[in-house]
Amino acid sequence: MERIPIVTLGESLFVTIQVDIDDRLATTLQDDLMERIVATGARGVLIDISSMEVVDSFMGRMFAGIASMSRILDAEVVVIGMRPVVAITLVELGLSMPGVRTALNVERGMALLDQALTARLNSVGVDGELADGDDAPG
Amino acid sequence: MATTPPAKASGHPPNMYPIACDDDVVQFRHRVREAAIAAGLRLIDQTKLVTAASELARNALEHGGGGLGEVCSPETVGRAGVRLIVEDDGPGIPDIALAMTDGVSGVSGGGALGMGLPGTRRLVDSFEVWSEVGVGTCVTVEKWAL
Repeated sequence: MERIPIVTLGESLFVTIQVDIDDRLATTLQDDLMERIVATGARGVLIDISSMEVVDSFMGRMFAGIASMSRILDAEVVVIGMRPVVAITLVELGLSMPGVRTALNVERGMALLDQALTARLNSVGVDGELADGDDAPG
Repeated sequence: MATTPPAKASGHPPNMYPIACDDDVVQFRHRVREAAIAAGLRLIDQTKLVTAASELARNALEHGGGGLGEVCSPETVGRAGVRLIVEDDGPGIPDIALAMTDGVSGVSGGGALGMGLPGTRRLVDSFEVWSEVGVGTCVTVEKWAL
């Protein structure tokens, strides 16, 4: 069966969608990514869609699904390289892809991931518990 | 799912394509893209039309149990543009007015009608939907070159 390759990049996973994916391939990618996140302990996922000429509601929902599933598995997702015509079309279609972070290119996607992970580290106490709101004095 | 018969053996006219499996949706997108380029649509309008085609084809597949997609050239349309007719003989839409209401069949609705027909209508210049419960659904859209 055809599969979209998932590459390890430091602490992150990197996926490039280069084919015109059908629904089954999209679902397979979702499953494969979740398995790889757990297997590698990846903290971030970069999905390059710069080759995608069309993103319809199914694929949009798939990205939103990947983002929320990954978050539950302790990883952040950034979708990179969306074409301008795809962005315009998605907005007119009325699809907002809740929870999906986007970046223009790989560099900015990596920066966004770092930022997200740092922000999360700062909000977690030393023993791994969420820090409470008021800053305890030194 | 049963394998799709080859397009030529199925007896469909050359501009009609069966929509019976995932890959048919992909193929239909390709045929629509080709027609959009041939009709002189700008890239943004090609993208909108192909996206609309994908939504309609998926609706026919998921809710109509499969169907047929027709791609009409400017000669048939009567102006520079592309007409798509996507039909199925599925359960039909009981309340078209409701189906055409934004937000009813949205993202969170588990895809009652994919993204819903309202979103698809916004992507095209002309949009008509016919449906009868127990008979099927037929959606006709057009995108024109400016």
